[in-house]
Amino acid sequence: MRLTDHERAMLDGGHGEAAARAMDLLVRYGEALGAERLVETRNVAGAFNASTPSVREIAEDSLDRVFSELNLDSDDVIEIPHVAVPTCQLITGIDNDNFATQGVDPELADLQLRSEQYLGKRGINLMCTCTPYQVGNVPVMGEHCAWMESSAVIYANSVLGARTNVEGKESTGAAALTGRIPYWGLHCPENRFAQHLIRVETEVGDMAEWGVLGYFTGFAVEEEIPAFEGLTDQPSLVKLKHFGAAAASSGGVELYHMPGITPEAASLDAAFGPNARPEPAVYGAAERRRTWERLQNASDRKLDFVMLGCPHNSIEQMALIAELLDGKRIHSDTELWVHTPSAIRQVADRSGYTAIIEAAGGVVMSDTCPSISRKVPAGTRVIATDSAKQAHYLPAIAKVQGWFGSVEQCVNSAIAGEWLGVVQ
Amino acid sequence: MSEAQAKPRVITLKGRKVVGGKATAEALVSTQTISGWGGINEREGSVIELHHQLNGVSFAGKVLVFPGAKGSSGWSAYWHMCRLNGTAPAAMIFTRMTTKIALGAVVSRVPTVTDLDGDVFELIETGDLVEVDADAGVVTITKR
Repeated sequence: MRLTDHERAMLDGGHGEAAARAMDLLVRYGEALGAERLVETRNVAGAFNASTPSVREIAEDSLDRVFSELNLDSDDVIEIPHVAVPTCQLITGIDNDNFATQGVDPELADLQLRSEQYLGKRGINLMCTCTPYQVGNVPVMGEHCAWMESSAVIYANSVLGARTNVEGKESTGAAALTGRIPYWGLHCPENRFAQHLIRVETEVGDMAEWGVLGYFTGFAVEEEIPAFEGLTDQPSLVKLKHFGAAAASSGGVELYHMPGITPEAASLDAAFGPNARPEPAVYGAAERRRTWERLQNASDRKLDFVMLGCPHNSIEQMALIAELLDGKRIHSDTELWVHTPSAIRQVADRSGYTAIIEAAGGVVMSDTCPSISRKVPAGTRVIATDSAKQAHYLPAIAKVQGWFGSVEQCVNSAIAGEWLGVVQ
Repeated sequence: MSEAQAKPRVITLKGRKVVGGKATAEALVSTQTISGWGGINEREGSVIELHHQLNGVSFAGKVLVFPGAKGSSGWSAYWHMCRLNGTAPAAMIFTRMTTKIALGAVVSRVPTVTDLDGDVFELIETGDLVEVDADAGVVTITKR
């Protein structure tokens, strides 16, 4: 791989031991990919927090050892300096305020707090959400990023026109200390053209419908790049957030183009560039119904747990849930957890939404979600969620039955204590 | 092995090094991609994804032959933990390059090759003895 003088100096130890280890990993990783060079990045989103049981043993030694081993792939314990470029922490396993409700060991919650102090001191911004783009990390068109979290990567690439591959714990650790990442894959403009065409021939309107279209898309294109025609709704951030999270769950979609909606391709011609335009895959009423049914992994209607906020809720979604719950009471046999970034929770608190949700018997959580934490209320057998992504992962992870439906269906079912949703 | 069978047939393939090193072990072949987070048990080095063709099978110490990675960006972290737990494969041969598999192979630190000049899913069966000389980019298969 070709390195610049500065990169060579970092590799040779001229900028400290941590930068040298980070460059060593980036060179090994870049050569594994077949990348010819690195690219500068000033926007890193990774997973640095020590909050899982398997990390506890390493953390008993030192938090420098956690970072050295798990974020730099270094056998030696390196003293970790301040990060070189803006870096944020993504979602974690523990809600610092609600860990008891989650059923988390208090010692692990304490380890997470110590880990946060360690990371904050080194300049890692503790956003603690799968949606950094909702709380101030909004890359601009063309910006090279090094992000983990499949739902955030697809949002950054497609909706914002930023450029990032799906990175991992070690590559984001190395990027944070060097401001470099391999120039490969979606960093290169020639790899960003569409390969599939999806023709939408049915209404895609509310958030649930956008999630179902995303779930269909992942199955249709797997890891490749689709472009769309026939969309009639102007989607919001919330709808595209759900669409992308679903497409990245059923497939491995990291980039899509919707001419007139996403910024990189104003027309189908621009979306496909030099690629031949293939025969379209049609998404009609029958496909919508079949995909919606595919998201139902339950038969019992008695509902134990309703999970909202995957990816983490926007303030608009928090307001809607409060409106649906205002003056109501969640069934005594059913739990409702609503997930939102802590920065948005603060606005929800001030706006009175948290109080309404709590008065109805719900819990507002931040920092985590049940799939990441692997925690659901004790005794849960049947869950419901408004997220296609969570409906895809949680039944397998928590070994529960799972229903999928709109936010209105989920909230009304939580009040009734039984699943009232219907396939649309 | 019956008398009628010829002596082991040896096949040599040439490809590209992903991670250097050399290892010989029994092959474990999956024609399906494998997940990290949510797809493997890092303590046992086994596939746990429901409906997966290797569900319940351990890849620890094997030459894992598979298309590559799928799923969460936690892929490398889980294969990294396999190395720390001593449950990583002995070597890896894969066909579809992604950032997940590249980083995962690097932090697993096992000899890994890709871009081989033959169809590995045709030529390699579970149980074959496979030598991966990643530095030379050479895979030698001795049929069982």
